[in-house]
Amino acid sequence: MFFQLFWTYLKIGTFTLGGGYAMLPLIQREVVDRKGWIDEEEFLNMIALAQAAPGLIAVNSAIFIGWRIGGWKGVCGAVLGAVLPSFLIILAIAMVFQEWKELPAVEAAFKGIRPAVVALIAAPLFKMAKAAKINWLTALIPVAVALLIWLGHVNPVWVILATVFCTLVAVDIAERRRK
Amino acid sequence: MIYLQLFLSFFKIGLFGFGGGLAILSLIQMEVERYGWMSQQEFVDIVAVSQVTPGPIGINCATYVGYTTAGFWGSVLATSAIILPSLIIMLSICKAYFWLNKKFHDNPYFTQTLRMLRFTVLGLIASAALLLIKPTNFIDSVSWIIFALVAFFTVLPEVAKPLVNKTTPPFREGLGVGFSFLSHPILLIVLAGIAGYFIYR
Repeated sequence: MFFQLFWTYLKIGTFTLGGGYAMLPLIQREVVDRKGWIDEEEFLNMIALAQAAPGLIAVNSAIFIGWRIGGWKGVCGAVLGAVLPSFLIILAIAMVFQEWKELPAVEAAFKGIRPAVVALIAAPLFKMAKAAKINWLTALIPVAVALLIWLGHVNPVWVILATVFCTLVAVDIAERRRK
Repeated sequence: MIYLQLFLSFFKIGLFGFGGGLAILSLIQMEVERYGWMSQQEFVDIVAVSQVTPGPIGINCATYVGYTTAGFWGSVLATSAIILPSLIIMLSICKAYFWLNKKFHDNPYFTQTLRMLRFTVLGLIASAALLLIKPTNFIDSVSWIIFALVAFFTVLPEVAKPLVNKTTPPFREGLGVGFSFLSHPILLIVLAGIAGYFIYR
């Protein structure tokens, strides 16, 4: 089981660009449709939990599926398979990047790439805001969060903790009133 | 000492990294800036490399920062540290799964917290982008043109969807596929790199 899970995740991890979300449909095809290791409903529950829990979604899903299918050995196999390709590729790049960066051609290319990266971080917000069903009132939350971190230099950790705390207090008050 | 700092920083990033790769960026930025592990430019460069290589951005950044600050073992340590909170939390969830499965869907504490975190995550991503709008990354007006073009092509499939749906079938499929091809981050980064090479060389 260790090797099967390791191999499955290694394959998916090596050939998926675009991080955790992009991996999910491929994982589904492999472990639900082809191998039948878990059923579709459990897979969808797994995605909900892997997204709700902190950490990287690809790693979270590997842990869940590894555990359900093969216990500790399954977890080790799936996590190693999910992490190893990107670890090795970045390690190889890190080893040469310091020298390559000094080359005039690479430097010029990165001058063009840097503003593109900022756009690639910002532009998906449009789609994500739509998916989150944002309205004028709830839009105040991301605006306040962005300003606090950007101009106030507040650590994002505090913002996340404050979100959780305020929501729990608000839900608690609403629940008590309902009863 | 550097090993301890690396471990604690990336453990913290793994523990509070809600909402996927882009949302984690502002957390990573805060940590690398605090210890001076990477310059702003280097950080953007490694995000660019992450976008064109396979794997989660969090792993890529951990491996890179670990290697540049403390060599091979630094990269192993930082990568393990970002995974460790996931292991602890997800395994607890697995053990409690059958209990959770019945209750978590209609527990308002759980569902509302998730809903509010989604809005916070949007703010986290926006701050990651805002923090990177600096003269080191935007060196002249060409930078802003590249920024605008990439942003335009990224949102194009979403914005043009209602218009595309109005056209007749052969155009509808063609335009849909064409727009989503043009919005691919790897293509856009490669094109921006080629543009940079010819403009700044």
